[in-house]
This record gives sequence, C-alpha cells and structure tokens, in this order.
Amino acid sequence: MSELALPARIALVGNPNSGKTALFNALTGSRQKVANYPGVTVERKEGVVQTPAGLTVRLIDLPGTYSLRARSLDEIVTRDIVLGRLAGEDVPRLLVCVADATNLRLALRLALELKRVGRPMILALNMFDIARHRGFEIDLDRLSAELGVPVVASVAVRRGGTRDLLARIDEVISERGLPQGLVAPEGTWSEPNAAELRATQRQADRILDAAVRMPGPPDGFTRRVDRVVLHPVFGLVILLTILFLMFQAVFTWAQAPMELIKSGFAGLGVWVGVVLPQGWLLSFVRDGVISGLGSVLVFLPQILTLFFFILLLEDFGYMARAAFLMDRIMGGAGLHGRAFIPLLSSFACAIPGIMATRVIASRRGRLATILVAPLMTCSARIPVYTLIIAAFVPAQTVLGWFSLQGLVMLGLYAAGITGALGVSWVFNRLLWRRDPSDPFMLELPDYKRPVLKNLALGLMQRGQIFLHRAGTTIFSMMVVIWFLCSVPPAPADATDPAINYSLAARIGQVMEPVLHPVGFNWQIDVALVPGMAAREVAVAALGTVYAIEGAAAKPDELGRTLTTHWSLATALALLAWYVFAPQCASTLGVVRRETNSWKWTAFLFGYMLALAYLAAFVTYHTAVALGAG
Amino acid sequence: MPAISRKCADNTLALGTAPVGFAGRIRAVEVRSDDHGVPALERERRLIELGFVEGARVEVLHQGLFGGDPIAVRVNEATVALRRREAAAILVEPDGG
Repeated sequence: MSELALPARIALVGNPNSGKTALFNALTGSRQKVANYPGVTVERKEGVVQTPAGLTVRLIDLPGTYSLRARSLDEIVTRDIVLGRLAGEDVPRLLVCVADATNLRLALRLALELKRVGRPMILALNMFDIARHRGFEIDLDRLSAELGVPVVASVAVRRGGTRDLLARIDEVISERGLPQGLVAPEGTWSEPNAAELRATQRQADRILDAAVRMPGPPDGFTRRVDRVVLHPVFGLVILLTILFLMFQAVFTWAQAPMELIKSGFAGLGVWVGVVLPQGWLLSFVRDGVISGLGSVLVFLPQILTLFFFILLLEDFGYMARAAFLMDRIMGGAGLHGRAFIPLLSSFACAIPGIMATRVIASRRGRLATILVAPLMTCSARIPVYTLIIAAFVPAQTVLGWFSLQGLVMLGLYAAGITGALGVSWVFNRLLWRRDPSDPFMLELPDYKRPVLKNLALGLMQRGQIFLHRAGTTIFSMMVVIWFLCSVPPAPADATDPAINYSLAARIGQVMEPVLHPVGFNWQIDVALVPGMAAREVAVAALGTVYAIEGAAAKPDELGRTLTTHWSLATALALLAWYVFAPQCASTLGVVRRETNSWKWTAFLFGYMLALAYLAAFVTYHTAVALGAG
Repeated sequence: MPAISRKCADNTLALGTAPVGFAGRIRAVEVRSDDHGVPALERERRLIELGFVEGARVEVLHQGLFGGDPIAVRVNEATVALRRREAAAILVEPDGG
C-alpha cells in the first residue's frame, strides 16, 4: 500500500500539561498504537479516528513543547514531524494545536509560531469546562478571527467533549481539501531569535486581551495544596512519605500476582516435562524458554504498581513538584531536577528509567542520569538480596524496633543511592567540566483530578513496552545463557550436576582466580554468568550449581545450603558486588541504544565492574579482619 | 511591603534575589554572560518561552530548603520553577514602586 493510500494524518501539538494526551485518548480510545520513532526511543503514539462525516483519519500525539525551537529529543521529534523533516514519517495534513483554556498565554504564542509553518490548523481549547467553572470568559469567534484559524472548545475527560473538534476537522477537510502531495512546503518557519519571540508573545498577549476575560484570583485549590506540598521542610517530608508508601505498595501489592506468575510458569514447566520427551528440546523449552520468560515476566506486577503511582502523581500534577523539591539535592551531585522521575522508575527496572531520560534536554544531564540509573536498586536485585540476607543475617531486632534484616536491606538501597550521587558528582567534575549544564526550568501545572481512563491506558502501554522487550531482547539473551549452561552436555557417567560440564562452568573457572580475592568461589562465578541475562536468575543458577532440585522455589533450603558452603564474609561481599555490578545485558543494550554509543556503554560497564570489585574486595577483607572469614 | 534585598537605583531588583512573597512586574530580561555553559542568547529565549517577558506580572510563591533554591514563581497565569541563578537575569519592579 502506498503512503498516499493511507488515511490522512492529523498531528496534535501543544504545550506540556495542555491535556493533549487526554484529548488523544478521548479521540482514539483504545485504537492506538505505541511504538518508537525510527532510530530514537521517543514514543510514537498513533491512533485511528472516525469523524462524524465518516472520514477515517490517523491521529498522532506529538511530545509537548513550548516552541518548535527544539532542544530535547522529544521536542526535536515534534519539530521534525510538524515540518515534515523526519525520514519515514509522512507529513501531517492538518495540525491540531491543543491549549489549556486556563493557561492560554504561552499556548497562543506556540499557535502563532505553528501558523507560520503554513499548514491547515485548528486550535482546540482543552479543559474548557474548568475554565468556565473558574470564571474565564472566552470569545471563541473573536479568538478565531484574531488568530486566523478555527478555534473550538474541547473537554477531553467528558463524553461528547470532542464533538465540536471532530466536526471542525470535517469542515476544514471538506472546505479546503487537505493538501495532497507527500512533501509539503516548509512554510516560512525559521528558528525565532529572542526579539522575534518577544514580538510573537506581545501579539499573543494582545489577542488574549481582546478575546479572553480572566477571573481575578488564580486557582485557589492549587495555591492551598502548594502551600503545604512545596513547603521547604514539610514538602520534603511529604515527598519522602509518598515514596515510602509507594515502595511499600510495590512490595506488598505485587506479591500475590508475582506468586501467581511464578507458579504458573512452574506449572507450565512441569506440563512441558510430561508432554515432551527427555532431551535437548525439553531442556531448551523448559529451562531456556519457559524459565527464561518466567524469570522476567515475574517483575511485571512490580513494574506496573510503580508506574501506577508515577502515572497517578503525574496526572495529578505532583511530579513537577517532586522535581522542584529534589532539584537542589540532585543538583549538588550534578543531576538535573528532571532526572528524578527516570531515577525513580529505575527502582523497578533500569530499562524504563533509562528510556525516560529523553525529557532531559542537555546531553550532559541525560548522560549523567543514564550512567547512574543502573545503580538504583532495581527489583531484580531483590530476590538475591532476600536470599542472602535471610540465610546469613540473624533475624533479630535492634533498638527494640527495627529488624536487623530490614536494616541491611535498607542499607543496600542506601548504598545504591549514595553510590549514584557520588558517581554523578565525580563524573561531572572529571568528564564534563566544560559541557553546558542544563538550566532547570519547569512549569508547575495546576492540580487536576486524575482520570481513570488515562491511567489505565498509560499503564497498559507501560506493560506492552515491557512485554515487548521481554519478548525480544531479554528473551534472546536468556536463550544464549541457556546455551552456555547446557553445552556441551554432561557425559553419560556424570556424577556432578550437568552445569559443571558446560561452557558456563568453564567461564566460571576462568573467572575464579580473578574473583578469588573478593571471596567468591567458582560456584558463585558460574551463577554470575546467567546473572548477566537477568540478575535474579543468579538465584536459580546457584540452585542448579548446588544441585538442589527446585531450589529457587524454596529459598529456605537453598539458603541453608549456602550457609554451609560460604563464609559470612563471602555472603556480604556478594551483596556489595550486587549493589554495583553491571549486570543484566538488557540494561547494557538499552544504554547502547539511548546513548547511541558503544564507548559510553563500555564505560558504564567498566566503571560499574570496577566499583563492584572494589566494594566486594573491601567488604570481604573488612569482614575477614573482623573475624567473619 | 515585602522586604527587598539588593535594591537598585530605580527600585528594580533581580528576580533571583527576590524573597518569597515578592510581587511585581518584569522590567527587563537581560542575560548578560555566557557562564554555566548555555549561551546567553539561548537562556534568554528559554526564559521568554516560559513567559518571562517584559511587563509580565510575577510573584515569588515558594523556595527550596537549601539556599532558598530553586524558586517557584507565578508568571501571569502560570507557575514556573527555576533556579535563582537563571532568575538573576530577570529584572523586576515591585508593586507600587
């Protein structure tokens, strides 16, 4: 099918927080597809809409921007699509500029800039109901006459709130007919200088004065909430409380579905064992495919729980406040306030965290965040931590209140966070002294009631992205690891577990002299190899190496075996190693893709490996000196 | 009247030095130096794009715990968070001044 035969494409453009995505969701419902733009990992959201006149159009939701003068990856995509410069993407035939009706000043400036591109355009005043409720009087006809483009009111969150917009899309298409050719003229847009920006803003201000009467006082609710939430001291206390509750939820709510997934895959493995004959095929399907997929999919509930909170807080308008509160603390370490959300996501998994860094405009700020994101304690480390802590740290309380095991866990999280801040601080001083640092400027939107539909759609997309990755990159890595662990097969008269004869064992034995100084034996070294596919697989691998049937399912039993084979010093060294080790090949893969550089990926791998070795070495020898050897 | 630090000759001061509670209008946006990496012209354009233009009403609403940084500023109908370092380029005149 040729591009011309495809339905016409309409692009949604607008400021951040204009409710553009809510409008996109309202228009397309679940008929939308999320993918990446070719070559960049900016999310490309497209959906299909039927207009009242029966026309089918493709709608594309572009990342929010204040100007076509793009800086971050996100904004560059918006600019290039609007201007028709992005290879492989057809030019939008109609632009719908989405504006928050209660915050029109900057939106009108963007609309005037977009008009210069020379494409048919409609201005949609979104959240019109809120504006009317707060006493805004907006003269749509006057606004339309002043701007020279059709203006419609829209309410994304109410049924029928997009009727006017759809009708106007039909009108514009039938009146003017959409320009056909694929390569549309670029209009007269060129990057505006400061004087031009000022002039356009003055023009926007004049239009606003002519067409809109604004109520005196600003949104009282937002003001009242901000007085508490942005309080220098209470604000931080509230933020920490929210984070604490969030992690509690991640670990408690997700527990039941995780168990379900685990037992589901275990059952599947047993069933396959019955239907398939013994041999390499069974081993591949059961130990490679099923256990591989299972070990990754088990994290879906935690990732979804964390993203539920992130999306909820983002929809409400709190995330920008969190960035405000954290800016100075993170800025001290050379990180941007906007790095907060990516780093928070990294507690579930570094992959979505690293992908979320694309909102950071400067390369320096983005790179710093990507380099430290894998140090956040991702949920894949948890099975390893809990196994070792449960086996080696006595279950006693300290100071009458705190469980020692819980404190060790907290200490491991703290080590990761401190490590990340320290590493970023050092890199900023050593590597990027001359690179521009990104100024922190962020709009704090008025609070809005989160909409269930948007949350559900957002969550579904997060899940899809994760499953897609699990089905491709992560899965193929698991197959490679399975191969290393099962080839060559054990001889017929083997007395040791089969893995001891495999390539993985050989790799482990090669690593042994290197890792001996940090207290690791060759069994640990072997377990670290499959740990490259996904960290928690190391638990299963330890189980296999120590030849305990179903050890991963019964961590108690494996733990008891470990206490007889390892000293406390070795166990602590392994914990320290896990805080820093550059594990999980999919993280490295995503770093490669996001930085578009093997050099930085190798750098990340190298610095983390060095830190892990150092941390394990210091921990092991300190512990031995204290008599835990 | 709110307390005003570092008064200039004609009553204007840099928004970067304004205390919480300060309310007034923007007299000028002048990014003078190219320091901290981003060129002055670029920083000026970013400020304008977020609504910091001559004549805009501003009010300092909140500030961070450490060093009173960053600040949250009401600019006409919007609220923008920025660091005092960036806000230093915005010259403001207090109400009634």
